[in-house]
Amino acid sequence: MKYINTFVFLSLLLLICSCGQKQTESLPILGKKKIVEGIEVDHQIPDWTFLNQDSLPVTNKDLADVVYVSDFFFRSCPTICPKTMREMKRVYTEFKDNPQVKLVSFTIDPKRDTPSKLKQYASNLQVNVNKWWFLQGDKEETYDLALDYFNTAYEDEDVPGGFNHSGKLILTDKNGHIRSFSEGTDPEETPKLINDIKTLLKEYNTNEK
Amino acid sequence: MKSNLYLLFFALLFIALHSCDDKTYSQGERLYLAHCGNCHMEDGKGLAKLIPPLAGSDYLKLNPDKIPCILRHGQKGEIVVNGVQYNQIMPGEQYTEIQINNMINYINTAWGNDYPVTTITATKKRLELCNQ
Repeated sequence: MKYINTFVFLSLLLLICSCGQKQTESLPILGKKKIVEGIEVDHQIPDWTFLNQDSLPVTNKDLADVVYVSDFFFRSCPTICPKTMREMKRVYTEFKDNPQVKLVSFTIDPKRDTPSKLKQYASNLQVNVNKWWFLQGDKEETYDLALDYFNTAYEDEDVPGGFNHSGKLILTDKNGHIRSFSEGTDPEETPKLINDIKTLLKEYNTNEK
Repeated sequence: MKSNLYLLFFALLFIALHSCDDKTYSQGERLYLAHCGNCHMEDGKGLAKLIPPLAGSDYLKLNPDKIPCILRHGQKGEIVVNGVQYNQIMPGEQYTEIQINNMINYINTAWGNDYPVTTITATKKRLELCNQ
């Protein structure tokens, strides 16, 4: 009996300690590390330039002052995209008035999803394109970039819509490091992603003080 | 002994009836979630001005003749649902008449929808009249 009491006491203590640690939690940098000239470096999104929905070129450097959530989709997608976009919109709505957060959607069907079509799509999704960018670029470059954002995308005649792809929502920080992600097809994962965005913003806001 | 068997029979009947009662259009629901739910969503609400809702949709109510054709042949071009204009391609699929009938009965009664259910005979007739 005595032992049980000690055990309960110790577990409680452990619990309190782990709770205390959580408050100063910071998100890990995700992805495979690379060895460059003998030094281990974190996975980082490579430089890219795409056209936005207004046919203006934008680059990853234009996102250096914000954290952003991105996904890969195409307009005519009959499979996972609408669900993924619904979850993107949940994130959008949550941070609508926070200029430190942006959303970026890359089309994997650049041939049909021209900037003007993407602009129409954004308008139908009822979102502001200053906050949520819809980008079009070279097909191969997009597929390569998808891998950097932990997603896969490729043409496949055998799947509905003609493109096979995954629906992860990816959180990238100001340095191009991926800090969190969720499955866009699972609405239950979105609150955790939203929470992680808040944690990341807190990290920046305390560092800047 | 005999009365025990009777009891068992009625117990089984009771259970069987109840499990039927639970989900009236379970095949329709399964098909819906597998083929329609990705765009129209599990709750039938659709997505903004991209995907029209099925829950509370006046289009469903007003166009019972068109629904079987849309499921089989897809939908293209402008469509107005609850006063909102949509223009997104919906792919059709080679469902059987029974599958189409079950899906319609599911969406016509799910999420508070209270639209008339259909019969396989009626669905069959409507399918024959598609594209006319």
